[in-house]
Amino acid sequence: MIKIRGLNKWFGDLHVLKDIDMDVSPKEVVVVIGASGSGKSTLLRCLNFLEFAQKGHIYIDGVEANAKSRNLHTVRADVGMVFQHFNLFPHRTVMGNVIEGLTQVKKTPYKEAVEHGEDLLRKVGLSDKAYVYPAMLSGGQKQRVAIARALAMKPKIMLFDEPTSALDPELVGEVLQVMKNLAIEGMTMMVVSHEMGFAREVGDRVVYMDEGRIIEEGPPSEIYSNPKNERTKAFLGQIL
Amino acid sequence: MIDLPWDFTAIPRFFPGFYAAALLTLQITFFGILVGLILGLVTGLMRLSKNPILNMPAKAYIWVIRGTPLLLQLMIIYYGLIDLVSIDRMPAAILGLGVHNGAYIAEIFRGAIQSVERGQREAALSLGMTETQAMRRIILPQAFKRSVPPLGNQFIIALKDSSLASAIAVRELLLRARQMGSSTLMMLEMLMIVGVYYLLMTTVLNLLMGRIEKLLEVSDYKD
Ligand SMILES: Nc1ncnc2c1ncn2[C@@H]1O[C@H](COP(=O)(O)OP(=O)(O)OP(=O)(O)O)[C@@H](O)[C@H]1O
Ligand SMILES: [Mg+2]
Repeated sequence: MIKIRGLNKWFGDLHVLKDIDMDVSPKEVVVVIGASGSGKSTLLRCLNFLEFAQKGHIYIDGVEANAKSRNLHTVRADVGMVFQHFNLFPHRTVMGNVIEGLTQVKKTPYKEAVEHGEDLLRKVGLSDKAYVYPAMLSGGQKQRVAIARALAMKPKIMLFDEPTSALDPELVGEVLQVMKNLAIEGMTMMVVSHEMGFAREVGDRVVYMDEGRIIEEGPPSEIYSNPKNERTKAFLGQIL
Repeated sequence: MIDLPWDFTAIPRFFPGFYAAALLTLQITFFGILVGLILGLVTGLMRLSKNPILNMPAKAYIWVIRGTPLLLQLMIIYYGLIDLVSIDRMPAAILGLGVHNGAYIAEIFRGAIQSVERGQREAALSLGMTETQAMRRIILPQAFKRSVPPLGNQFIIALKDSSLASAIAVRELLLRARQMGSSTLMMLEMLMIVGVYYLLMTTVLNLLMGRIEKLLEVSDYKD
């Protein structure tokens, strides 16, 4: 589904991603962990072309895409992104947020888009909030709207960048539940998160990043209980 | 009782005689602002572009216009360009005020656009929207709302600045006051009449902008 080869990214002199190679198969759930500044967000943002790597190749569903690709926006539509700070559109209602991509990008007729939006809101448990503005929602509700908004585009893969780390602890569960359901339905997902319960339950693979490199990867049970690399051990010791 | 050299009863008596001039003031201001808004939006967006072919002219325009007096700009348009194109005084005043305000409005729009969080653009792009769609559907609506208070301020300045059109012989309020003052020998009284006119107009404009701000707040959504 996603193939990354020799990806390198610099911000000025700062070498943020170093020779990243990675494959994500269809229906796979990959959880990315690593210390602050290790490049997790940057990796996700490169996959959605919000940042451009200077070296290396990214293939989405077999097709290479990069800064020069002509239809980058159509590539982005196939890659859903959920942000740490939700980034809902404050001037649109919940429904307006969810159908924005449908009506503007897919040119779905309004009525059809709303019907689809209703299905999606039901799925994330927010049917009763369709016509309120994001400001009226809790953090957990906002994030569920953001997930529905991304899902509306029927993406081939969903990227989550620390979707629960801006939430009050009691709201984390409802968002993780929606993500778990997605994983069970077979959505391909790449999730930056330190929620170990989530990773153990639905993660197929955990990838540990350190200073821009992938240092260790494997099934959650192995990485969490039995890390091979010293740095992985030290990192897990800190977050557990 | 001291005998004052002024006859303030002249104020209500002559007040209606300024209607036509007030109308001209309003016209210059209204159309000047309209031109300014269009110019401001276009050059504000150009100014934000990464392409130097777009942002350099915008920067130059803003630099020159904000760095020179409006009075000079009006005179250049009306007297200076007369050999090239002869522009009537009203259009010249509107053009001058519009071009002048455009530079300030450009900066207002630029600031408002830049104040919209980066994540808004990114969320829009991540849905597959183009840069243009993201700007039009997501960023500009939020930026417009944020630019209402500074725009209101600018409109008031524009209304008062329209008095400079008197220097190119537009018979708006100030010129009318000076002419009436000379012919009636009641200069202070006539100047006070236009003072009242300006105060009334700026007050109404202020109330109007406050209303618009309130209206936008009703659908407010601030995170
Ligand atoms: N736009 C940018 N310009 C310059 N440097 C940046 C930019 N974005 C990120 N960086 C730097 O790149 C490095 C990697 O950042 P990144 O956000 O990918 O880390 P992260 O693993 O997601 O960290 P965190 O857990 O704190 O979110 C950091 O040193 C960061 O300061
Ligand atoms: Mg990050």
